[in-house]
Amino acid sequence: MKSVYLDHAATTPLDSRVLAKMQPYFSDVFANPSSFHSPGLKAKEAVDAARKSIAVQLNAHSDEIIFCSGGTESDNLVVVGAIRANKAGGRHVITSSVEHHAVLEPLIHLQKMGEIELTILPVDKFGRIDAKDLEKALRPETILVSIMYANNEIGTIEPIADIGRAILKWRKANATRFPFFHSDACQAAGALDLDVEKLHVDLLTLNGSKIYGPKGVGLLFVRRGAELEPLVRGGGQERGLRSGTENVPGIIGLAAALELAQAAREKENLRLTKLRDKLIAGLLEIPKTRLNGHPTERLPNNINVSFMDIEGEAAVLYLDAQGIFCSTGSACASSTLDPSHVILAIGVSYEAAHGSLRFTLGRSTKSTDIDYVLKTIPDIVAKLRHMSPVNLDMKYFT
Amino acid sequence: MTNTSSSDGDIVSRSGEQSWFYSDVVKDHFFNPRNFMQDEAAYADAAMGLVGSPACGDAMKVWIKVDPATEKISDCRWKTFGCGSAIASTSMMSVMVTENGGMTLDEARKLRPQDILERLGGLPSRKIHCSVLGDKALRAAINDWYRRNNRLDKVEDERGRIIDPETNVTDKDIEHAVLDGADTLEKLQAKLKVGVGHPECLPEVEQLIRFYKEKYFGL
Repeated sequence: MKSVYLDHAATTPLDSRVLAKMQPYFSDVFANPSSFHSPGLKAKEAVDAARKSIAVQLNAHSDEIIFCSGGTESDNLVVVGAIRANKAGGRHVITSSVEHHAVLEPLIHLQKMGEIELTILPVDKFGRIDAKDLEKALRPETILVSIMYANNEIGTIEPIADIGRAILKWRKANATRFPFFHSDACQAAGALDLDVEKLHVDLLTLNGSKIYGPKGVGLLFVRRGAELEPLVRGGGQERGLRSGTENVPGIIGLAAALELAQAAREKENLRLTKLRDKLIAGLLEIPKTRLNGHPTERLPNNINVSFMDIEGEAAVLYLDAQGIFCSTGSACASSTLDPSHVILAIGVSYEAAHGSLRFTLGRSTKSTDIDYVLKTIPDIVAKLRHMSPVNLDMKYFT
Repeated sequence: MTNTSSSDGDIVSRSGEQSWFYSDVVKDHFFNPRNFMQDEAAYADAAMGLVGSPACGDAMKVWIKVDPATEKISDCRWKTFGCGSAIASTSMMSVMVTENGGMTLDEARKLRPQDILERLGGLPSRKIHCSVLGDKALRAAINDWYRRNNRLDKVEDERGRIIDPETNVTDKDIEHAVLDGADTLEKLQAKLKVGVGHPECLPEVEQLIRFYKEKYFGL
């Protein structure tokens, strides 16, 4: 049977070229980069080179790159670390309703604990934040703004540079260093420009597992002058911000993956955008289907649709049986039994959220895969609708 | 993902390790649903029960045909909006009430979600709540049959007992909320606001949470 993996936003396979670069660092160059002998020095040099290469990709300095265990840790380090280190500056934080759980959950926890006041900005029907809404929410005691670069569920690209400029303007007008601006760019890497000077971010989160790099490794860009308190204390690695022996092969892999992804970005974006739009157009020909997210300001590899009258998990399982692997925002597929907060945040009804499916394309996706999906899905949707007692009127769901 | 046979269907383990995947019986009923409604028009006269809504993620409609002499269910058809568990549970239920000459309405009323779960070889614990609507839809259809046959004495009220007079929350509401994952008082109150204005009922509420947790999740 055909096998079509369309869940690249969940994770990507490791690029064989990345694996080849990582290989020597498991058993050959295995020493601890902190060790004061020549094998240790060799490992340290490799980590330094990786750090340098990533700094070049981000238009940053080497000492601004902090390696950690992945996107979730990087987000937590920002949220908790920046807030605790800058209490004197204030206790107000701004984020958005469509952020990844790795940002929202720690923020909501700190709010519950009484450590911060939290403003969660709404988004428009496409999932976009308005920089003007942000300007209105800024207060003298705002210490951190965290807005994702591109959404993992609906692929909507946020106006990060506009928001960054608005924050710069505010800081200048109020003669303050605050708020710091953080963006989670895990989904954007490989598709969008990561130049931190153009984005005007102070903190940026990236990880390996979405860019054909290894899992279990990520990084945080910390602009010089932005203070953080560590989450993980110990031997003082990573400038004391993230203790623990460096994941050397992971770091090498992350740097190699980022280099390859950013180099191939423009060509790959053109190819994926064509495939994306072909899949969207084909899916929207199925009756009672809506596109979730922005028609153009979206990641080149993201397709998110709702098929009314059916439930997403059932559709995922039927597609799985046909060798098509995708995901859903349905409550039934989540451990909390709530439907996707992102789909709800864009004003889509619960009914449509339960019927949402996400397809995320990748390097291996070919035009024939899209043909196969478009050939397979209509029958599955028809079968599940045939089994469903629900027949909603589309006029309420567009 | 390992292949599980029907006998060791991947039910949740007591150690708290939760599996996402379905037993072969569940998969079979999900991919090859039995007795699902093909032609509603032909069943316009059949007794029907509908529960749930697409907004909450599950909705089920059940039709039954009953032999008036024996009160045995001769035919049971259904439509389900829901996930794999919901579809498989309704399918299995339709088999159980019609096999071996059919259940009597009294027997069918006693069908519990656990009986369906057992025949399915279990479900992952967080999916159990998806399987509890089928028997409710069935009981609604049974009531409808009695109503249509002017046997109003046999119609059973499913409203439940009011626990909190301020919010009119019943034991049934609490049962549903627990099945939907509200396994602590805090989570239950977030859903139902039960006892917020009437804290005197809280001991009973907590007891009901424990009762339903034990009933459905064996915790």
